[in-house]
Amino acid sequence: MSTMNLTLKIWRQPSADTAGKMHTYEIGGITEHMSFLEMLDVLNEKLIKEGKDPVEFDYDCREGICGTCGLMINGLAHGPRKLTATCQLHMREYKDGDTIVIEPWRADAFPVIKDLVVDRGAFDRIVQKGGYISINTGNARDANELPIGKVDADLSFDAAACIGCAACVAACPNASASLFVSAKIAQYTYLPQGNPERGRRVLKMVQQMDDEGFGNCSNHGECEAVCPQGISIQNIAIMRREYMKAAFKSGTLQV
Amino acid sequence: MSNEIKIGDPIQGHTPDGPLADKWDHYKSKIKVVNPANKRKYNVIIIGTGLAGASAASSLAELGYNVKSFCIQDSPRRAHSIAAQGGINAAKNYQNDGDSIWRLFYDTIKGGDYRSREGNVHRLAQASVSIIDQCVAQGVPFARDYGGLLANRSFGGALVSRTFYARGQTGQQLLLGAYGSMMRQVETGKVTLYTYREMLDLVLVDGHAKGVIIRNLKTGEIEEHAGDAVLLCSGGYGNAYFLSTNAMNSNVTAAWRCHKRGAYFANPCYTQIHPTCIPVSGEYQSKLTLMSESLRNDGRVWVPKTKEMAEKVRKEELHPAEIAEADRDYYLERRYPTFGNLVPRDVASRNAKVVCDEGRGVGSGLAVYLDFADAIKRLGKDVVEDRYGNLFEMYERITGENPYERPMRIFPAVHYTMGGLWVDYNLMTSIPGLYALGEANFSDHGANRLGASALMQGLADGYFVIPYTIGDYLAAQKPVDAKDTSHAAFKSAREEIKAQLDKLMNIKGEKTVLEFHRELGLKMWEYVGMSRTAEGLAKALEEIPKLREEFWTNVRIPGTGDEWNKNLEFAARVADFMELGELMARDAYERKESCGGHFREEYQTDEGEALRQDEQYAYVAAWEYAGNPSTPVLHKEELNFENVELTQRSYK
Repeated sequence: MSTMNLTLKIWRQPSADTAGKMHTYEIGGITEHMSFLEMLDVLNEKLIKEGKDPVEFDYDCREGICGTCGLMINGLAHGPRKLTATCQLHMREYKDGDTIVIEPWRADAFPVIKDLVVDRGAFDRIVQKGGYISINTGNARDANELPIGKVDADLSFDAAACIGCAACVAACPNASASLFVSAKIAQYTYLPQGNPERGRRVLKMVQQMDDEGFGNCSNHGECEAVCPQGISIQNIAIMRREYMKAAFKSGTLQV
Repeated sequence: MSNEIKIGDPIQGHTPDGPLADKWDHYKSKIKVVNPANKRKYNVIIIGTGLAGASAASSLAELGYNVKSFCIQDSPRRAHSIAAQGGINAAKNYQNDGDSIWRLFYDTIKGGDYRSREGNVHRLAQASVSIIDQCVAQGVPFARDYGGLLANRSFGGALVSRTFYARGQTGQQLLLGAYGSMMRQVETGKVTLYTYREMLDLVLVDGHAKGVIIRNLKTGEIEEHAGDAVLLCSGGYGNAYFLSTNAMNSNVTAAWRCHKRGAYFANPCYTQIHPTCIPVSGEYQSKLTLMSESLRNDGRVWVPKTKEMAEKVRKEELHPAEIAEADRDYYLERRYPTFGNLVPRDVASRNAKVVCDEGRGVGSGLAVYLDFADAIKRLGKDVVEDRYGNLFEMYERITGENPYERPMRIFPAVHYTMGGLWVDYNLMTSIPGLYALGEANFSDHGANRLGASALMQGLADGYFVIPYTIGDYLAAQKPVDAKDTSHAAFKSAREEIKAQLDKLMNIKGEKTVLEFHRELGLKMWEYVGMSRTAEGLAKALEEIPKLREEFWTNVRIPGTGDEWNKNLEFAARVADFMELGELMARDAYERKESCGGHFREEYQTDEGEALRQDEQYAYVAAWEYAGNPSTPVLHKEELNFENVELTQRSYK
């Protein structure tokens, strides 16, 4: 099996309050069957053997569903392959002699912890404000007493498939979290269970998104283009519609 | 190694008396409860935020308890429950096909090869019905029919259609539902969320679980947290094998540290190997990816008939499509004409190993074909694509091969661990005040778990069992001050942990953590894997302690302990896997029978199937730590079957 030699330019930053910079590493012996993160494992093993500090990056399931990993690869969130999270990207996308630039997600709302690891706690704080249906355990009626049309159920699922990786924020020139937030709003907008809290939910979640320091959406569409789950930008339209309705109703917005 | 193990006192599971169907309801009605005004005085520590942890956190907070919730990830939503694909079982009988709580109970007991407790499993089947109601009310977008009602699919080991699903992402949707409910309680202030936190020790005060020692993975700080009870919802230990379908961060550390503080570890040798995973492609391999077992509905499993031909395929001198029908061995169809390619997971896995051991494996030699050529001929490519398109895409993404043109290569991989901390009917471990829920406990799946049952168990424990049973303990306890960690037990546990971390950092050896983990994994897979022998297990018992010794003198951990340091995190986990691995081997050595996921070559039927020894081994093996990982004490809990008859499984 032939192997590749690559030049890696990687963002190194010791901690949140220390300045970072790009470092260059030469690496060989990379095969097309390795995943991108396994390629970084190989680099780190080599660095540790040489007595150097490995490059810190975060990951967990390595099968594209947990949303933990996420790297900016040659300027593209999660790299060149559509509908693919970083962990599912494989080295057959690259060829011998390539240079690959690897950076963390960059957004004011995501402070760097170390190297390529950022803290996305802002997403939890947004969900905390209303990304759920308020029902206590044990209060549910029989599941089939509430029929929901297949089309609405499927659309709700499409929105709910978001893995919370934050590639949408990293790709957005405004570092907006609109795709993430709207996916949650839309999931419940399609379902009757979401109805009682719909106004309150959208107002509070959008407020928190703003408070966390995310930018506004200006319809670039970069978010949808990089989303590993194919979350549609139509969800943002739904969120805006829901927001307008709720804001007028509550008196926050007046004509 | 010494062949003599110490046998301790037998233990009791505290299953209530009375007819099976009434046990839980009767028990609930007489169990002690905490007065609503007093609930707010109690603090419950919950480790892990998967299905069990998140559902327990929200349910307990809704009742009024204060909850401190800890997870090792950046967000509770990352817990590995998120990766479950297939579905969740519930005895709803929406399909009018004769399902019932009894039938779900029976399938689960039988599927577990009669090594689980009747009372627990029946309660699980009862709770299954409420779980679906709860999740739908939360807005979990399950698959539905055009009439708007919930859809079901069939799954292995059952003759009815009772599995609810949300495409291939059921675990994700259930977890996000539980996570949402938990975040709602974070907003009310009843749940305090601690992310990037790993539990490294349990604090005992007068023999009761009253706190935990935590490492902040972001800063390296060691923290102390006090509470009135501790719930371990920290998942399974499949990563003892290094390569598994578990997430990279899944680990046994929280459970193992509790074990070392006195919690018994039950049936550690019961591991589940899933037959349809993408094979290992090289030494750098970091994890294995599962593909839904639904593929076996239409795919045919085969290898070349002869070693010589297999070798040509491995050298890529021969394309599999060029092999004539007569030169292929569809070994599952040949050996099991009735079930064919749809034999249970353990049988399919073991047979793949047998043909590869014979030198007839393809790919690297450790793979068999799963071929859709006949299905494409029979159904057309469109139908196959409609059924399995997303799985084919995933396969192509990982292997670079097109499964429409070339048969898939598959191989078994470690997927789930049925063993775990021993718990009684209340889910309490052998340490008062310490509970274990979900995959972290051993209780419901016996020696083999049926598909779509893990999600059911995690949520049953968290939503519908622990909210009742924890009251029985807390009602008799005086609430502690959750801010007060001045008790000497906190200080000494903290110092022990600090010393252990310092020791690891100061070894400054030659081999990396990954190298040690990989080496351990190879031994575990070889000796304590799909098929076990007394001889192999004896080797494992000899070699694992040696590897452990080497680890503690020769591991190299970069960086420092006072910062984000993934190698240090992993080192502490691998250190625990090195101890657990030995216990797994010992448990497998002592269990001189085959049952479910535990196959001892010496105990098989003439037809090569698992042969149980019910007379001697119808018990739970609960191991007590006695100061040294090599000399544990065995406590037996007899399993009494009052409602089912023990039979031999046959899939011919």
